Amino acid sequence: MKVVLNGKEAEVPERASVADAVALSGAAETERGVAVAVEGEVVPRARWRDRVLAEGESVEVVHAVQGG
Amino acid sequence: MPSKADSGEATGTWTLGGREWTSRLIVGTGGFRSLEQMERSLEATGAEIVTVALRRVDPAAQGSVTDVIDRLGLFTLPNTAGCYTARDAVRTAKLAREAFSTDWVKLEVIGDDRTLLPDAAELLTAAETLVADGFTVLPYTNDDPILARRLEEAGCAAVMPLGSPIGSGAGIRNPYNVRIIVEQASVPVILDAGIGTASDAALAMELGCDGVMIASAISRAADPVLMASAMRSAVAAGHAARYAGRIPRRLHAQASTSDEGLPELS
Repeated sequence: MKVVLNGKEAEVPERASVADAVALSGAAETERGVAVAVEGEVVPRARWRDRVLAEGESVEVVHAVQGG
Repeated sequence: MPSKADSGEATGTWTLGGREWTSRLIVGTGGFRSLEQMERSLEATGAEIVTVALRRVDPAAQGSVTDVIDRLGLFTLPNTAGCYTARDAVRTAKLAREAFSTDWVKLEVIGDDRTLLPDAAELLTAAETLVADGFTVLPYTNDDPILARRLEEAGCAAVMPLGSPIGSGAGIRNPYNVRIIVEQASVPVILDAGIGTASDAALAMELGCDGVMIASAISRAADPVLMASAMRSAVAAGHAARYAGRIPRRLHAQASTSDEGLPELS
């Protein structure tokens, strides 16, 4: 199925989890300073494996970058 | 005149967000040419608090700003840079809370990309929402004493008035307003944005600010490490000068040497 990962369409398996999307984004699951929002709502790290994605959902995987 | 939030001492610690700090210089991590240069510059500032932004994970990116901050043992203050609405800023703050396990946020809600000036209405709404949600909110605000008061009344842990637009290096355009903000504030006042060189940072402290936040003036200087060290000295010098009690400004001269005992030589 298709989801929108960091603004780009991405193909993921049926019943893919947020943790799968994080891995696909290039972030390491254990990396400090990573956070995820699905459809604009924050998904706590403890729920990354349980939160199953649905077709077409928008996933944002962010981390710290240099900033003022 | 020092703000009421200050301990009234020229040296020693200060309190921000319920924690004690030694350095009065908060540094932005944006704009450095490399992480290596950023690391050496941050060390030279002596800062304890540094800001970071949140952006999409880029698999091609080299190195990690988080690793540098952890290595230096600094406190990470996430910002909401790039947010134009209260809604976006609140969502970004919540992502930052999850990412860094911190409820501190440097709240930025800007009005347009030409001036990067705060959008006062959206800023106040975001501040109220985040305070209600338990955040320690440090808002980047206009140099407007009334807005600063409203942000303090909303429960913000500090107010961060701009000296001039972000990255402009134009210094403190309205020192009178900054003095009024300092005079009325009972939370720390941190001059944020517009610092161009060391004298601007010293002036901020002489005006009574409790701290200064600097990014571009260090990171985009020709020699960022040297400027970092200059800013550290400037903040300390300005802070000390404010308590040292400056002489009044006079129109005419006042000799420092007595005429008593002047020899007659003509």
